[in-house]
Amino acid sequence: MDAMAAIKQTFFQECEEQLGELEIGLLLIQDGDSDPETVNAVFRAVHSIKGGAGAFNLDELVHFAHVFESALDHLRAGRLVASGDVLKIMLRAADMLADVVRAARDGGSTDVTRRDALAAELRALDPDAASDDFVGGDKESSADDSDSFEPVQICFNDFEDGSQNESPPSGNLFNIRFSPKPDLYAKANETALLLRELSHLGAMEVTCDVSRLPMLDELDPEGSYLSWTIALRTDRDEAAIREVFEFVEWDCELDVALGGVAAAREDAALDDLIEKMQASVEAELAAPRAPPGATQSAAAGAPGSPVQASSNSAAVKADSGKSSPATIRVDLDRVDRLINLVGELVINQAMLTQQMLEAGLARGSGVANGLDELEQLTREIQDSVMAIRAQPVKSVFQRMPRLVREVAAMTGKSVRLTTEGENTEVDKTVIERLADPLTHMIRNAIDHGLESPERRAAEGKPEEGLVHLSALHRSGRIVIEIADDGAGIDRSRVKSLAASKGLIAADAPLSDEEIDNLIFLPGFSTASTVSDISGRGVGMDVVRRSIQALGGRISIRSKPRQGSTFTMSLPLTLAVLDGMVVTVAGETLVVPLTAIIETLQPKSAAVHGFGGDTRVIVIRDQFVPLIDVGQELDFRSGIADPCKSVVLLVESEGHIHSALLVDAILGQRQVVIKSLEANYQHVHGIAAATILGDGRVALILDVDAVVTGARAAPPAFEQFCAAEG
Amino acid sequence: MSDIDDIEGRRRNNLIQACELIAFRMGSQEFCVDIMSVREIRGWTKATVLPKSPGFVRGVVNLRGTVLPIVDLAARLGFPAAEPTARHVIIVAQIGEQTVGLLVDAVSDILTITGDLVQPTPDVASDMAKTFVRGVLAVDQRMISLIALDQVLPVCEQDAA
Repeated sequence: MDAMAAIKQTFFQECEEQLGELEIGLLLIQDGDSDPETVNAVFRAVHSIKGGAGAFNLDELVHFAHVFESALDHLRAGRLVASGDVLKIMLRAADMLADVVRAARDGGSTDVTRRDALAAELRALDPDAASDDFVGGDKESSADDSDSFEPVQICFNDFEDGSQNESPPSGNLFNIRFSPKPDLYAKANETALLLRELSHLGAMEVTCDVSRLPMLDELDPEGSYLSWTIALRTDRDEAAIREVFEFVEWDCELDVALGGVAAAREDAALDDLIEKMQASVEAELAAPRAPPGATQSAAAGAPGSPVQASSNSAAVKADSGKSSPATIRVDLDRVDRLINLVGELVINQAMLTQQMLEAGLARGSGVANGLDELEQLTREIQDSVMAIRAQPVKSVFQRMPRLVREVAAMTGKSVRLTTEGENTEVDKTVIERLADPLTHMIRNAIDHGLESPERRAAEGKPEEGLVHLSALHRSGRIVIEIADDGAGIDRSRVKSLAASKGLIAADAPLSDEEIDNLIFLPGFSTASTVSDISGRGVGMDVVRRSIQALGGRISIRSKPRQGSTFTMSLPLTLAVLDGMVVTVAGETLVVPLTAIIETLQPKSAAVHGFGGDTRVIVIRDQFVPLIDVGQELDFRSGIADPCKSVVLLVESEGHIHSALLVDAILGQRQVVIKSLEANYQHVHGIAAATILGDGRVALILDVDAVVTGARAAPPAFEQFCAAEG
Repeated sequence: MSDIDDIEGRRRNNLIQACELIAFRMGSQEFCVDIMSVREIRGWTKATVLPKSPGFVRGVVNLRGTVLPIVDLAARLGFPAAEPTARHVIIVAQIGEQTVGLLVDAVSDILTITGDLVQPTPDVASDMAKTFVRGVLAVDQRMISLIALDQVLPVCEQDAA
């Protein structure tokens, strides 16, 4: 059932959000936040997960969430002090809950023994359980609780009455399902009259379900095939609704449910499910401590003034509804489509301007003014659309505390993670691809960077190591820094290791900076022992490659005994690119601006032949290989005259400088990146395509590939192409 | 109605399922493709040359924001490459997930045929026939070759190499 799967997917999406909230809340409490609202938020998060899981019969998840929730409930009621140990258990429980959610989503399994052990620890937190048999009118012993909570749908009916008493005066929304039996009609009842009667109670929306209606040849003229779903908003209670159907009670199936669903849906089964989920969650939220069947007064007798607690949470819920900005979930495809369309708009607008100039219209004319305004609007639209995709890096940063806890536990180190600039926004695609490198670097920082507690103590540092993660915007890029206060890079060891692996000559004279950068070489790993956490030999070179694939750069600063800082600088979006538009052999190409260091007009004296037809150019006393882009891309066979060309000094992978020879520079502009692979395939030397103001497609040069291509000997290069193709 | 009649009837139904084809000319020969794979037909515009690509790939053009590769179908089928003029047309076709422009001389016809009119490809020693032609049609004394588009892009060729 597709619709069901879609709802389930939404549920898991929400779970991720709830888990994030849960973790943030717990960390806040750990940091000494004693605001009851924080505890409530944490409780709500776990509770919502449990409620949804119940509706989907995810028993394992329901069970664990329930145990966790019970423990949180004690915390909320003040029966449990939020001590450091308690919070450690809770944080681990939150991690476990995340695992269980993922297992439920992906169909995997979780570590049962670990889960049960945690569940036992959580249960042990229960002060009631500790004080043996708790007597004194509190109906909320944990056993009672679990009996009533596990099958969420079942206890829903019990909750209904309780919540109804507290319903807002504006009227309740009832979902009524009315399916008459043939007898109803046989006794000369008329459904229309019943519905009319019902409409006197309040505003209602009626949907007729004709799905059971057979084909004409199978139709029993005296049968009953129609049923109705009615969403009724009324200030009367359920009894009043049932009274309308009093005389047909035995001749129909009647379901009256208090629900929050405003509009009747086509899919009745779906409708029921949503109803149940919402009703149960709302009912539980409204009367969080009222056990099933318990009256309000009985609950009021319970310790911890539950009445106040319940009204609190209800008020809080209303508050959060108001204060949190309204958001909608939108399919990413739709946003992408919008972005593409705006890209088209920008191109079209540029074309229009160009054509207007060609047509010789005066600058001051009405048309020109209109076009200027159009240009401004287009730019604003583009910025706003890009902002839709922009998301705070929070979603990635949020995953890191857990990672830090796990790695710290595995390495036996004590680590404190601080974050800064979580709300820095960057394009969603960048965020998605940021998680892996970031995870790797944090692991490295803890595993390799920080020293063991003993060594730290000996060095006179606090035993708790510090990892600082920060994000900020700098000149149109996002800069992410991961800093640790560990030992810094052991340069002599790095150098000897690199030499022993044959990566450098043993006596190579290297600056400190160059040695630091050795860790980015493929196959380099400084950990003496290969650990579970990092050091599988796929270390920093993988990180660097994935950052570069995003159009970013990574660098390292390290001070012995004071720690290392990794700095990543990434483009804010992968959808547009700042490029230099150049011509090569009559073709227009775009060179990414990030790769270009400088441009210059070469003099013939600066260009030297260097064996065969390769050439080098002297730039400030340095010999840099000169690459003829036209020749490299097979646009022309001969060699261009450098004196009539322009040289772009570029930096490619591994800080290698090369000089690219192009015919002329047309200008610099922001271009919308279009994939070549979508309709064709990867072309060597070309990163992507774009559309320029004249409506023509221009290719975006892949500087790294062109430089490596030019370096490789022709046969090797062909093999490389064959392997790639 | 006997069982045999029933089976016979069903077989005939399958064959008689009508389909529409777009016929086009390249040189003196006529070809056709299933109309369902054709998105639109547009005039020739100058393409941006792709480096290091096979000769039959003329380059890419801008189709309302999509980068559309243009395959010179004549060159692809082993004929001399076309010298595109303003009168040449591009058939924009959907091949699997990809959208590809096919450069042909002119579109000549829309045919409504039934499956039983497609004759098997004549047994000739031509690579073109084996790779691209799925069958031939006899329409008004003309021979029209039905082309399968899934092999048109060079990807498969490179995979095989």
